[in-house]
Amino acid sequence: MRYEAPDSIEGAVGLLARTPGACHVLAGGTDLLVRLRSETLEPETILDIKRIPGMHEITPEDGGWRIGAAVSGAQINEHDGLCADWPGVAEAVGLIGSTQIQGRATLAGNLCNASPAADSVPAMVAAGALARIAGPDGTRDVPVAEVPTGPGKTSLDTGEFIASIFLPARPERSGDAYLRFIPRTEMDIAVVGCAVSLTLDADSTVDSARVALGAVGPTVVEVETAAEALVGTQVREGAQQQLATVCSAAARPIDDKRGTEHFRTHVAGVLARRAAAIAYARAKGDRA
Amino acid sequence: MALDDRDTATKLDFKVVGTRPPRPDGIDKVTGRARFGADMTAPGMLTGRVLRSPHPHARIRSIDASKAEALPGVKAVVTRADFPAEVPEDVADVLDNCMAGDKALYDGHAVAAVAANSAAVARKALKLIEVDYEPLPHVTDVDAAMAPDAPVLHEAGGDETVPEGHSRNVMSRVQFGHGDIDAGLAQADRVIERSYRTAATHQGYIEPHACLASAGPDGQADLWCCTQGQYMVRDTCAAILGLSQGQLRVTASEIGGGFGGKTTVFLEPVALALSRKAGRPVKMVMSRAEVLRASGPTSSSSVDVRLGMTRDGRITAGFAELRYQGGAYPGSPVDMGSMSAFAPYDLENVRTVGWDVVTNRPKAAAYRAPGAPMAAFAVESAIDELSKELGLDPLDVRLKNAAREGTKASYGPTFPAIGLEATLEAARAHPHWSAPLGENQGRGVACGFWFNFGGNTCVSLNVAPDGTVTLSEGNPDIGGSRASMTMMAAEELGIPYDRVRTVITDTGSLGVNDVTDGSRVTFAVGLATIEAARAAKREMCRRAAMIWGIDEEAVVWEDGAARPSGPNAGEHPPMSLAEIAAIAPNTGGPIAGHHEVNAEGAGVSFATHMVDTEVDRDTGAVKILRYTVFQDAGKAVHPDYVEGQFQGGAAQGIGWALNEEYIYGDDGVLQNPGFLDYRVPVASDLPMIEPVILEIPNPGHPYGVRGVGETSIVPPLAAIANAVSAAAGVRMTQLPMSPPRVLAAIHGADDG
Repeated sequence: MRYEAPDSIEGAVGLLARTPGACHVLAGGTDLLVRLRSETLEPETILDIKRIPGMHEITPEDGGWRIGAAVSGAQINEHDGLCADWPGVAEAVGLIGSTQIQGRATLAGNLCNASPAADSVPAMVAAGALARIAGPDGTRDVPVAEVPTGPGKTSLDTGEFIASIFLPARPERSGDAYLRFIPRTEMDIAVVGCAVSLTLDADSTVDSARVALGAVGPTVVEVETAAEALVGTQVREGAQQQLATVCSAAARPIDDKRGTEHFRTHVAGVLARRAAAIAYARAKGDRA
Repeated sequence: MALDDRDTATKLDFKVVGTRPPRPDGIDKVTGRARFGADMTAPGMLTGRVLRSPHPHARIRSIDASKAEALPGVKAVVTRADFPAEVPEDVADVLDNCMAGDKALYDGHAVAAVAANSAAVARKALKLIEVDYEPLPHVTDVDAAMAPDAPVLHEAGGDETVPEGHSRNVMSRVQFGHGDIDAGLAQADRVIERSYRTAATHQGYIEPHACLASAGPDGQADLWCCTQGQYMVRDTCAAILGLSQGQLRVTASEIGGGFGGKTTVFLEPVALALSRKAGRPVKMVMSRAEVLRASGPTSSSSVDVRLGMTRDGRITAGFAELRYQGGAYPGSPVDMGSMSAFAPYDLENVRTVGWDVVTNRPKAAAYRAPGAPMAAFAVESAIDELSKELGLDPLDVRLKNAAREGTKASYGPTFPAIGLEATLEAARAHPHWSAPLGENQGRGVACGFWFNFGGNTCVSLNVAPDGTVTLSEGNPDIGGSRASMTMMAAEELGIPYDRVRTVITDTGSLGVNDVTDGSRVTFAVGLATIEAARAAKREMCRRAAMIWGIDEEAVVWEDGAARPSGPNAGEHPPMSLAEIAAIAPNTGGPIAGHHEVNAEGAGVSFATHMVDTEVDRDTGAVKILRYTVFQDAGKAVHPDYVEGQFQGGAAQGIGWALNEEYIYGDDGVLQNPGFLDYRVPVASDLPMIEPVILEIPNPGHPYGVRGVGETSIVPPLAAIANAVSAAAGVRMTQLPMSPPRVLAAIHGADDG
């Protein structure tokens, strides 16, 4: 097994292109190292991207935030500006693993691991986040939702890796929230996850909304009908009920060791209702 | 010497016992100095790895290891052919479990093992071993395994206790009780009949099984391993490998949890066989997945209960039929479940019938009060439901029926002084019982019983020339026994706690010590420690008498010193232990005390648990709000450890009740062999568990000690089920009460 730590994006892309299939990108390593230890993976080359300039930085850009691929969950949750704009994304990434894992785990890694249960992915989708993908032909920006194509599978081509995540500028009166259901209180994996992002107009009515579900399909599910259920409302009981109904209807879960189809379908609606209430309160100015 | 006559009765005036000194293994464990199973190395050591069956049930047609053996770096490959064809009957199943013979009987069953000069080579070698399997139909559920057309694991079937016409997967049947069930039920104002199911759970010890074996061509062998009993390991491995017990020395490492799961062997005979074949030391360490797939979880169970009660809460009859699957070999703890099911109650008419069933799962090992929690779950749930239906207070009902001194137990014996009523009275008087509950919250109570054991014990207490003391004992410390032994030795000798160190010896240093199980150690090893200290005191009194020139009978031991006593003793200044030790070479040589015993009189133990839960009606999630344990400890030697045992049992019970379960797919393969999906509670899942220690002295121990390690896991399953049922408004009869199951029950009740 070879370990490479190039100091430029070009160097990384070159290595990736030369060793297709057998080269694995190492950022935080919280998934990769577990797979190595459990012997489900024996890569030829490990490509550490942490020495590439910019990978550890959170930088303001066009009113939004660019987050390097090696920025950890702990860094995100200690960044006041980012947390103020995107508390839902911050809380989603903050739920991954444990305190120790938070020192390493990254948004880009959570996305590339392509688990349907990834906590940060629904939050990024609801936020309209873009992934900047570096590859042999330069860089391209794609919506986060287009990266995972199935459990463990991504749309990245040979030689490509995610260099950064971009969270767009936040309009006034906006708020987001992420909730997941786990049977325990921490150190667990989402049985259902739900992220809601809202922007209100001046009279506290929802002007725009995005809702995404995790762990209820092979990839993250953006619920278009959920936006319809929320826009033009003040997220009161009727709207919440409608939101729950459409989210449950959009869920396409399986029965497995973590939960039944019945359970996941129902809880998708429950979490959507609860997350929408939190996002709405935040949009109104409640930063709790 | 004239030791106080009251020494055999219960001692009441303690100086050390009952205090809370620092634990002797604390610094080592927090600094990483403690050496666990995987921490031992030897020059030239090889890495051993096991090839495991991917099939739940398959005939092994052939194994071709030639390619693996040809791989550079591979030093030995063993299969069943490398073990003796005939082994003593009592270890035949153990061997078959460690290395499959004609058939692989469960997903994860060992079929071959390699020793190589690196883990990477060993891993590669496993892939080169060609096993020709003929997959066979499988069964993993206990009730399905009892069906007449179920796939059969062992052609020979069960023993003579199994009536004609049962599946050959039924290995034995047991029955306990007295009185007439039908007559009792006829006297009842209300009768309940319910079925309950529990999932298999794992002990969840943090340290995976690990060992280092070194076997020479001369028949001498050494084994270092994490185990609850080095003598058990020695005797079992010697029998399996045809070694003599005296030539195999086994040393127990520090142990990272056992809870009963390390009372048998898995890797150890394989490591010895590999070492013998390779001529090099071999180290083996299980992965977590291997621990879950192929060590010894507890049984899953299916239990039917019939219970009759009068309007005023008197139980007129109790009947339970218990079906436990113990994995691929006979030996589920259904016998102990059947004996303990109704043990807390004084019943005229009681009967239990137990069925031991085999399935295509790993062989069950002991798990803290083996068999009792599932039985208590069923019986205590039925009592709760019947009490509620009759509008009676569940603590009052239990007090009304409680076993007490003189009660003929459901499993036969008549109880001496016991503490069940004391735990119930304490529960009723505790503020927890009257605290208000909110919406969607419920409170549950349940009682539990455990036998406790004594057993073979051998200790040696050696006085060093500087007046410090080493106590050598042969039981791995899984629950604080080193601290307790140190305290009892210090108490008896009249010296400070920090003058005594307790060490756990290898098998060559002491006579046989039974496994650390059955809550036996603080009782039995404690008893032997006290006796060994008394023997040393007698010797020191004799030395003092010799120096003073008076009769031995005229010397007593008080406050750590020999003192003249009686009318003819004369005036002599007391001689301390240190003073006697310093001149021991001049008075007859080293000073030591020994004691060997097969201890009896362990004294049964009872507990009552009380728990508040809150149910999220939208998700089925259960939160444990408050938990109080009331248990009789006889005498709490080190109360911190006793409280830890109470809390630990409750914590494991909470896991068992709410989320832990072995999940098998239709393919018979374990779906959740890791701590992500095998959900042990994390710290934030638990409230502070309040321990209330009651001390009803055990007449069988000089200080009144009873074992406390196991009883605490018996009541939680039922106590939590009773609380969740109250909170959810629907009776939960199946464990675990995972969120999907609770939500489905709530929705089912709403629809109904």
